[in-house]
Amino acid sequence: MLSAALVAILVAMVLALARAVIGRHLYDRILAINVFGTKTVLFIAVVGFLTGRPDFLDVALVYALINFVSTVAVLRLSHYREAM
Amino acid sequence: MIALEVASSVLLLAGSLFAVTGGIGLLRFPDFYTRTHAAGLMDSAGAVLILLGLLLLAPDLGSGVRLLLIAAFLLITGPTATHALAHAARNDGVRVWAERVDKKR
Amino acid sequence: MSSLDLAEAVLLGILLVTALAITRARSLFVAAMLGGLFSLVTASLFVLLDAVDVAFTEAAVGAGISTVLFITALALTNSQEATTPRRRVIPAGLVAVLATAGLIYASFDLPGVGDPDSPVQTHPITDTYLRESQQDLHVPNTVTGVLASYRGYDTLGEVVVIFTAGIGVLLLMLGPRRPADEARDRAYLQAEYRVLRVVSKTLMPFILLFALYVLLHGEYGPGGGFQAGVIFGAGFILYTLMFGLAAVQRVLPMRTLVVLVAVGVLIYAGVGVATMALGGGFLDYNEFNPGNPSGGQVAGILLIEVGVGITVAAVMVAMFYSLIRRGVRR
Repeated sequence: MLSAALVAILVAMVLALARAVIGRHLYDRILAINVFGTKTVLFIAVVGFLTGRPDFLDVALVYALINFVSTVAVLRLSHYREAM
Repeated sequence: MIALEVASSVLLLAGSLFAVTGGIGLLRFPDFYTRTHAAGLMDSAGAVLILLGLLLLAPDLGSGVRLLLIAAFLLITGPTATHALAHAARNDGVRVWAERVDKKR
Repeated sequence: MSSLDLAEAVLLGILLVTALAITRARSLFVAAMLGGLFSLVTASLFVLLDAVDVAFTEAAVGAGISTVLFITALALTNSQEATTPRRRVIPAGLVAVLATAGLIYASFDLPGVGDPDSPVQTHPITDTYLRESQQDLHVPNTVTGVLASYRGYDTLGEVVVIFTAGIGVLLLMLGPRRPADEARDRAYLQAEYRVLRVVSKTLMPFILLFALYVLLHGEYGPGGGFQAGVIFGAGFILYTLMFGLAAVQRVLPMRTLVVLVAVGVLIYAGVGVATMALGGGFLDYNEFNPGNPSGGQVAGILLIEVGVGITVAAVMVAMFYSLIRRGVRR
């Protein structure tokens, strides 16, 4: 079942990538990259369990954090039209 | 233990379904706001389900705690990011999709 | 084909598509974000190749901080890419094709993945690092042991490189600041992004605590000084984005940051000088505790990781401040 989850996560990643590449508006792309980031967190966690090395979970946690900060940064800096 | 493995498999399967559905929704919905709804909801739900499924397979306490932390973090920041995104897009004037009524009736 | 092989193939495919999308993107914002996605996929590939420390650093630095700094710089300047003049297209294409061909040709000389006869596997020093590091250093994470102790001199060079880069950016960017309108800042921040503000404020202590954990846990699992510094920097960047430069400077003013950038390097070099004063060589941690050399090693490694973490965190935050204080023009 772990392998099935891995394949499903890969499929979701490819779908999110498609939206990031096509996306008609900047916001579509930000959304798609955010989704891609969450899927990467899940990917790293599942791979960690598949290969029997749960140390990978630290990387997944950092990645979740970085994904959030990146999304907030893009939002704030592309939308905010005044000086900081 | 068999019961744990079965429960974990069910959770992993459900999470995978949610994740793939969210991805499909991201591609197929007609405008940004509906896509946000699909992606945000399915993303957070699928992530939490998969992580809970992994939690049942966790070999020791450390991994279990880390999985819970990741799940809690995604549960808090996922919807927040989606909300902020939709809010910013609304302020920026991204248009809401209106259904085209067939005039030939 | 096992699911892991499939994952590797799919990820490599995604890399290719993303690279093509980056070259085709007209808006540099999109290019920067796709670049972040590229780093993400690279980090996942590193995880598949079992290189966890590298994946950690790539995820934190390449996918996170780099993207944020690029986007901040883009927000200060023009963010549409100019079209290449037609007469430059052919020579540029030729250079690209030749460079790619050269790289592909060079890659034929590389050993295959996991090849038992490759120099890495057969050279005796690999054995030394893997086995003796456990006895000499008692540090379970061999990567940290090699980086911080056996090759400590190289890591000192890396920290100095980061220090120099930070100083370079500060020299270029620290100039007269545009007069900020604090009242307008505050009004805008009160009205918008309320949910984000509350969530960011709640997450801040956990982010900083996690940075400390990564620093101290670097000897037992993936982590260490560099990654900890980046996470710490990311936390402060989040706070700056949400609450404004004036608010965050009450906690961490630029003056302190400039000092901290130097303090980290001084700690690292200071450890080296201290070991010389105690009678050993430069960065010979055994001297810290002559009766129990591995205890001395642990102490030395911890001190230099703290130094690295301080410099990296200070450089990240200082670079972000110096970009933001110019005033976002959009």
